[in-house]
Amino acid sequence: MTYIPISPNERDAMLQTVGVKSLDDLFDAVPKKHRFPELDLPPALTEMEAASLLSEMANTNENVREHLISFLGAGAYNHYVPSVVDHMLRRGEFYTAYTPYQPEISQGTLQAIFEYQSLMTNLTGMEVSNASHYDGATATAEAVNLAFAQFRGKRKKIVMSPTVHPQYREVIRTYSQGMGLEEAGNDATADLEVGPEALTSLIDESTMLVVVQYPDFFGRIHDYTKLIEDAHAKGALVCMVANPTALLMLKTPAEMGADIVVGEAQPFGIPLWYGGPYLGFFTTKKSYVHKMAGRLIGETVDNRGQRAYVLTLTSREQHIKRERATSNICTNQGLLALASAVYMSVLGKTGLQQVANLCYQKAHYAAGELSKIDGFGLCFSEPFFHEFVLCCPKPASEVNEYLLEHGIFGGYALGNDYPSLENHILVAVTEMNSKREIDTLVEVLKEMSHE
Amino acid sequence: MNTPSNLKYTKSDEWFDPASGAAGITDFAQSQLSDIVFVELLVDEGEDVTVGNAIASVESVKASAEIYAPAAGKVSAVNKGLSDKPETLNSDPFGEGWMIKIEGGSAGEVMDSTEYEKYCEGRTH
Amino acid sequence: MNKTGGTIVEPTIFELSSPGRLGVTMPASDVPETALPPKHLLRSELPLPELAEVDVVRHYMRLSKFNYSVDDGFYPLGSCTMKYNPKINEDTCRLPGFLYTHPLQPIETVQGNLVLMFELQEWLKEISGFAGITLQPAAGAHGEFTGVLMMHAYHKSRNDSKRTKILIPDAAHGTNPASAGMLGMSVLTIPSDARGNVDLKALTAACDDTVVGMMLTNPNTLGMFDENIEKVVKMVKDCGGIMYADGANLNALLGIVRPGDLGFDIMHFNLHKTFSVPHGGGGPGSGPVGVSQRLLDFLPSPLVGIVEEGDDDIEPLYGFITPKQSIGRMKAFHGHFGGGLVRAYTYISMHGPDGLKDISQYAVLNANYLQARLRGTYKIPYDRICMHEFVAEGSFEGSDIRALDIAKRLMDYNFHPPTNYFPLIVHEALMIEPTETENKDTLDRFAEALIKIAEEAKSQPELLHNAPHITPFGRMDEVKAARELVLCCWLPENYETMK
Repeated sequence: MTYIPISPNERDAMLQTVGVKSLDDLFDAVPKKHRFPELDLPPALTEMEAASLLSEMANTNENVREHLISFLGAGAYNHYVPSVVDHMLRRGEFYTAYTPYQPEISQGTLQAIFEYQSLMTNLTGMEVSNASHYDGATATAEAVNLAFAQFRGKRKKIVMSPTVHPQYREVIRTYSQGMGLEEAGNDATADLEVGPEALTSLIDESTMLVVVQYPDFFGRIHDYTKLIEDAHAKGALVCMVANPTALLMLKTPAEMGADIVVGEAQPFGIPLWYGGPYLGFFTTKKSYVHKMAGRLIGETVDNRGQRAYVLTLTSREQHIKRERATSNICTNQGLLALASAVYMSVLGKTGLQQVANLCYQKAHYAAGELSKIDGFGLCFSEPFFHEFVLCCPKPASEVNEYLLEHGIFGGYALGNDYPSLENHILVAVTEMNSKREIDTLVEVLKEMSHE
Repeated sequence: MNTPSNLKYTKSDEWFDPASGAAGITDFAQSQLSDIVFVELLVDEGEDVTVGNAIASVESVKASAEIYAPAAGKVSAVNKGLSDKPETLNSDPFGEGWMIKIEGGSAGEVMDSTEYEKYCEGRTH
Repeated sequence: MNKTGGTIVEPTIFELSSPGRLGVTMPASDVPETALPPKHLLRSELPLPELAEVDVVRHYMRLSKFNYSVDDGFYPLGSCTMKYNPKINEDTCRLPGFLYTHPLQPIETVQGNLVLMFELQEWLKEISGFAGITLQPAAGAHGEFTGVLMMHAYHKSRNDSKRTKILIPDAAHGTNPASAGMLGMSVLTIPSDARGNVDLKALTAACDDTVVGMMLTNPNTLGMFDENIEKVVKMVKDCGGIMYADGANLNALLGIVRPGDLGFDIMHFNLHKTFSVPHGGGGPGSGPVGVSQRLLDFLPSPLVGIVEEGDDDIEPLYGFITPKQSIGRMKAFHGHFGGGLVRAYTYISMHGPDGLKDISQYAVLNANYLQARLRGTYKIPYDRICMHEFVAEGSFEGSDIRALDIAKRLMDYNFHPPTNYFPLIVHEALMIEPTETENKDTLDRFAEALIKIAEEAKSQPELLHNAPHITPFGRMDEVKAARELVLCCWLPENYETMK
């Protein structure tokens, strides 16, 4: 298959204009001994053959819509995506455009992302949102960068709850290896029963940032108001990693006083897609806007007096600040920010509240039924949203294997990340799980416990 | 271009008033940066600065710059109102746009106004 | 609401909202009801829009028409490789087997995904000449940061702590110094010589035992293939540094030369440039990184590998492996699988070795053809055979017309402007990258438009100063945007009482 629209005659005419004899003559600057390597790759397929090959590969997978019942969450959630979302994403005007550097001919992208920013600030209660980051984990790492820049390197300690997503904590560690940070609280062997107040004693005058998750990795809903007050008393900033579906129902991070609210917006209209691309949202207070990484869209007027939108505060960015930039980011997740904006718009206030409520109701029904089975129980007693930790009578990996034989993904086995939770599964329930699916899970586990 | 003769100037386009200890950015610098939209002062009252320390960070619509201390000494005052009105740097860089005052400031390598004017001319081509 | 006071062309979704209007609704709950959490844990209001599905569709349709895209026409943005994105990619990346697999599924249930990732790693190794590939980085800048972290880790593993200086040519992308800055390295800028190559004298002076490495874009942002590339690589490696290739311009090199063969140690790919992943209005991209043998152990974790060998009857089992001295994880899960890797895999599978070479040959032909057509009208400061892009000066003797004016006027001729004001080393730069997916007619029309604009610059300069004229929006007040900082909107104040 080729996508080159040039005929041999046209090619020859063009070569003549350039003043060379053949295409190969264009590459004299390339060292001869390495020029034109023979690439050992499979021969080219036609579109029809490629379509069939890719179908075959996709069909080798077992997926959570056609083959299996799934209660897997842990940072990626199986939600319904209204048909409209993908219809809008498939508009070539959106998906084949570049970053909106030329605002006169990019108002579609610019206004859509401005609206995305507005939806995120209204959801979190925060004052500003950027145009998005790669994913929830990297958005959290950018919160660390912001805090580091805010204190100009004078404070170097982060206090991080062990109940922040384990992969997010890993990413922060990767990102910050040049900063010489001191970490506290990030200990997977700590007592996981204690609430957020356990972090308070770790916060001191050298703390730049406290990172907590809401609901936490185990699904628990904490009110962080007191912790945030304590952190502010020491002059530290607080970042909350929030689940956007939960925010539709729960008290906003802004009401608790958070300085930065980040998270993974995949639940808002983005398919599971085996882990990506997803959408990291980043919201904060207006006073930190100059330290915030990432794209930012602002309202203005054009020279015809029309309301319009532009990329603004661009001198914060790497192409001007170069090595002094807070971050090297030069893209956002434009198309996926659009996806989540369309998702929020088309469900609207009512539809979104229904999604949150269904998640909550079904998760609580599942938790109630599961904890009735002999040997099973809920690990924690705090309120939860749509995810909870199920304590099993044997190692979680064995339970999951048994469930998989019955066509069920039981949930995420916690033992690898938390040594004390070897027998524990993190179960996620969304509006996609019917009562019948939940009852099937319960039945299969009952059978197992009788074996 | 305005270059008051009572002031001293640095190669990185700061001015320093030996009489009052005040320092800021020059008219030439503000015109090169164009519309300034953000100023952050990086030092506090009572801090000691040495020549070349970053004292402020400035962003315009098309550029960003660090501003360095033209003299060494103790910071006796900072212009706190500046961050709310960054455009002051464009409209009145030598007056309302002062950034900090340095007590007992001993200037580093500086030029007088005639030398500085020549230095600027050399860079506009 | 309308804070900045302009005339409203298209209302926001907040302005279009009406209390009680319904869009897509959810089924009723099929489980017994549980009480909500205590009130102090609940939010008091949810100030989000309420629209019908048709309102939403028409709003976004109208917005889409304000955009210019590759599907609309020629988009010669230098260093961005705005090539045509094959439509089949859009179908393959949405196959249910890809869309509906969870990143934490047991590997036995996602062998299709893992085979695709494994083969893509192998293909990218073959195309670039590197020994190992990570698919994890989410974009080019993310890949760069990954590369810089590996450089840092490599020297650290050898207790070589005095290396803190990174060499970056003056023609480099701004992300290069920014990535190095994230690790606190000091940046030493190396000038270009008169032919657009790295200045060897300056490089000689810079090479010592404090050098972390060099980040080099080749072909560089002037579109020039460095004529001394082997010397440059040798000099940096001889002083103990690591050679990093910015792969932003790889579209010039497929089947032409492999950066690994030239001695580079690290390179990031931009799957959204070279391998036709659409740019999406600014993302998501995908930025895999290749490394030479000596850096294999430092790759981010996890990589895709064979975890159980197969035999004649049994397929091997693919899974995840962690390199010994890995720098760690760059993002959650496994990279931009659906949107990036599947599309790139589809694209490469349809090209094969000869098709890939065609891509680069025609990308370079198109750039040279345009350069030749414009040579008499615009100054080409580095004038020799270019690679996939070239840089012209957007100004004329005795005229106050600037590159920006030319760029804006091109919109009136229904073209997207080239990159302007980059690279910084060219006065009033216009950086033009046509890509291989444009035909001769388009290139001719574009050249003629630029030649006409050069005439207009003399005869009717105000036409350029005020351009664009026929687009739905005119030039923006960027100062107002930055000073007033209106960054979001809300529902109208009297929303609840509205009918």
